[in-house]
Amino acid sequence: MPQTSTPSPSAEARTVSRRSGLSAAGAVLCALLAVGFGVLVPGSAAGRILRPRLSWVPSLDLDLTFHLDGLSLLFALLITGVGALILIYSGGYLEGDPRLGRFCGFLLFFMASMLGLVTAGNLLLLFVFWELTSISSFLLIGFDHEREEARDAALQALLVTGAGGLALLAGLVLLGLIAGSFDLGTVLAQGETVRAHPHYPAVLALILLGAFTKSAQFPFHFWLPGAMEAPTPVSAYLHSATMVKAGLYLLARLHPVLGGTEPWMAALGTVGAVTMVVGGVLALLQTDLKRLLAYSTVSALGTLTLLLGLGTRYAVTGFLVFLTAHALYKAALFMTAGILDHETGTRDVERLGGLRRAMPLTTGVAVTAALSLAGLGPLLSFIGKELFLEALLAAPQARTLLIAAAVLAGGLFATVALLVGYRPFFGPFREPPRAAHDPPRALWLGPLLLALLGVVLGLAPGPLGEGIIAPAAGAVLGQPAPVYLALWHGFNPALALSAASLLFGLAFFLAWEQLRRALSHGEPLARWGPAAGYRAAVAVLLRSASAVTRLLQNGYLRTYLMMTLGTVVILVGYPLVTRSLPPWTTGQLDLRLHEGILCFLILAAALTAVMTRSRLTAIVALGVVGYAIALIFILFGAPDLAMTQFLIETLTVIFLVLVFYRMPPLMRRSSPGSRLRDALVAGTVGCLMTALVLLAIGIPTHPGSREFYARESLAAHGRNVVNVILVDFRSLDTLGEITVLAAAALGVYALLKLRKEEPGKEVPGEERTEEACPR
Amino acid sequence: MPSLILRTATRYLIALLLLFSVFLLLRGHNHPGGGFAGGLVAAGAFALYSIAFDPGAARELLRVDPRSLIGAGLLTALGSGLPAVLRGQPFLTGQWTYLELAGGTRVDVGTPLLFDVGVYLAVLGMTLTIILALAEE
Repeated sequence: MPQTSTPSPSAEARTVSRRSGLSAAGAVLCALLAVGFGVLVPGSAAGRILRPRLSWVPSLDLDLTFHLDGLSLLFALLITGVGALILIYSGGYLEGDPRLGRFCGFLLFFMASMLGLVTAGNLLLLFVFWELTSISSFLLIGFDHEREEARDAALQALLVTGAGGLALLAGLVLLGLIAGSFDLGTVLAQGETVRAHPHYPAVLALILLGAFTKSAQFPFHFWLPGAMEAPTPVSAYLHSATMVKAGLYLLARLHPVLGGTEPWMAALGTVGAVTMVVGGVLALLQTDLKRLLAYSTVSALGTLTLLLGLGTRYAVTGFLVFLTAHALYKAALFMTAGILDHETGTRDVERLGGLRRAMPLTTGVAVTAALSLAGLGPLLSFIGKELFLEALLAAPQARTLLIAAAVLAGGLFATVALLVGYRPFFGPFREPPRAAHDPPRALWLGPLLLALLGVVLGLAPGPLGEGIIAPAAGAVLGQPAPVYLALWHGFNPALALSAASLLFGLAFFLAWEQLRRALSHGEPLARWGPAAGYRAAVAVLLRSASAVTRLLQNGYLRTYLMMTLGTVVILVGYPLVTRSLPPWTTGQLDLRLHEGILCFLILAAALTAVMTRSRLTAIVALGVVGYAIALIFILFGAPDLAMTQFLIETLTVIFLVLVFYRMPPLMRRSSPGSRLRDALVAGTVGCLMTALVLLAIGIPTHPGSREFYARESLAAHGRNVVNVILVDFRSLDTLGEITVLAAAALGVYALLKLRKEEPGKEVPGEERTEEACPR
Repeated sequence: MPSLILRTATRYLIALLLLFSVFLLLRGHNHPGGGFAGGLVAAGAFALYSIAFDPGAARELLRVDPRSLIGAGLLTALGSGLPAVLRGQPFLTGQWTYLELAGGTRVDVGTPLLFDVGVYLAVLGMTLTIILALAEE
């Protein structure tokens, strides 16, 4: 909201309290939605799929169909549940900020898009919501739009995910055509057909491109750390719990259709594993808490992709558990980072330390969430990690490589956990820029609840497993899948791998400073990285766009006219010449004397307009042409047309006189070469129009149309068919036309006034108009 | 200095032209004419006035900014489509009723007439916006 007025202090306080009430109201709304989705859990556990349907555009057979099964429900619960806490947090984070209302609006817009995405029951509807999440996240990332970094980051996220979105649209359309329907239920039942179809690789590639860009998979991962320019509640919500998981949702949703094949496993396995390791390694380079968390999110997203690529029952269960756990602890950690930023004035890991006495509550939350990140203890993420490792141990191919990658990534996770959950709070105290203390309730409530939920679900995973994970796994696998989650799996190879990765993590943490220095030697490599590729691509795009603009919009009216007329000549003339069309003239020429005189008048006036050296003469000659044509209309029985032509001609002459009145006399005439070219263009267009008219006469009108219009126009209370068509039969067209005219008139007005307000400035159009005027 | 003859003639002509433009607008449904032609005639009347006197005088005579006329015209045309929507019919479907005039003449009136009034106002506004801006250059 622009701060245009300065209201009295009490009014200011009232608006502020009203705004924070807004975030509270949003939170209540989300909580209610979450409860509503929660009520559906028992039904979904019993295998029921809700498919509500709303009529949208019945004439196009387009309906709003939704598909609410276990998978949708899991995502919907995360979106609304985490969303409610984020809204409470936003109320505290942006307290007193006049933009809180706008912020909550964007956040709710995003939430609604996301909910639509995970519940859409039609591929095209899903795509619409997919794009809406891109747009709303653009608004959220660029929320601080006064800062250039925020604008760049927002644009980057939009371009990367938008490009993926285009690929996705193509993929979904192909998929829908192959399956014979865009209805999700029908498509899901067509897995065999789709996988056997020759176009399956194309569908897979296009859809994967969409999912990978959205879920920040390597090499598209770079937009996610950039998006950390967003206010922290946005990072906590979009970049941990929800939006980046949209791609994963899509992959999981289409798993029964596209999954399980060799290319699927290869693509998801490779990209997932690479993303997992690259994200983890790049995280070590960061000192900004939010960027640290962002890279660890990239790593986690890679892990999730890898799990979907494996596609076994274990892997899918692990996917769902890990996804839930990650949403809970990563949102909590982001919010903790926001608290540190808010209360100490910095989120640089190197400047924070020993804050546990000053911020005991925050310390507790951060430690609990960080334990989750490390995959330790009696927490939900521990179960997820065990399932992940067990799924890898059963992997059919490249087992050793994948396990090595997973142990490395696990170690890097533990390092990040120590950097986020240990270093700022323990060890030697470092003086932060501001005196630190625990934040107000609105800020700690959300992360605390999320961290605790991770503990509770870890200790008692049974209900979650049977009520939510099992139906979701069933939806991903395409068949019912029994799921029994347990915290303790016994002493097994997975546990040993877990322990090994934790040791790695501890070692990395202790040697972090040295590691970071060593890794930063590799920074020149970034010059060939994907982010540099993005920048180069944008630069090329901008350069070629301005080159095309300079070519097409060069400011010469003559060029525009020539391009328009040339296009008409080619597009209309080509079929006219090549296609066999009915013969032109029918009947013989029956020219009466007065008609002949009129034709002669038109020709003479047109020649005068071209030849004269005076502008005024040219205008008058053009007027004569126009009036003579209006006379022809009268002679051939089109009074409406004639009247309009007369009026338009009159006004055109007035316009032209007003425009040319003050211009200097025509000084130079263009060179013979360009005159020849102009004559050629004009002559061609003239011939083309003549041919068209002759052809049009030869084509018989639709039989009965005359009677139809006569009859129908009487029914429409009018005897003038032309006018009845204009204001009744085709009134929507007329409405569109006068709207275009209005825009054109305002454009002319703006151009004239713009010139007037800059008297000192050289007007580049001046000389060009000179050349463009009729000669 | 514009001629005295033109000024004197314009004073009478403008009333006639404006009357004629409304006449065109109203008869358009049954005879040649209509909102577009009517709007152009009215615009021509004001253009004549602006030539005979000056653009400022034409603006004074018009009383409202021609740009407002554009908006008013578009809104009128748009609004003429809404009664149909309220009755559950497609947008811009003609709604008709009739008036009994004194002497027993029956006159049909309907939303297409309102639409034509919108076209009239919009065309008048557009043309005058450009002409007056040009004339003031």
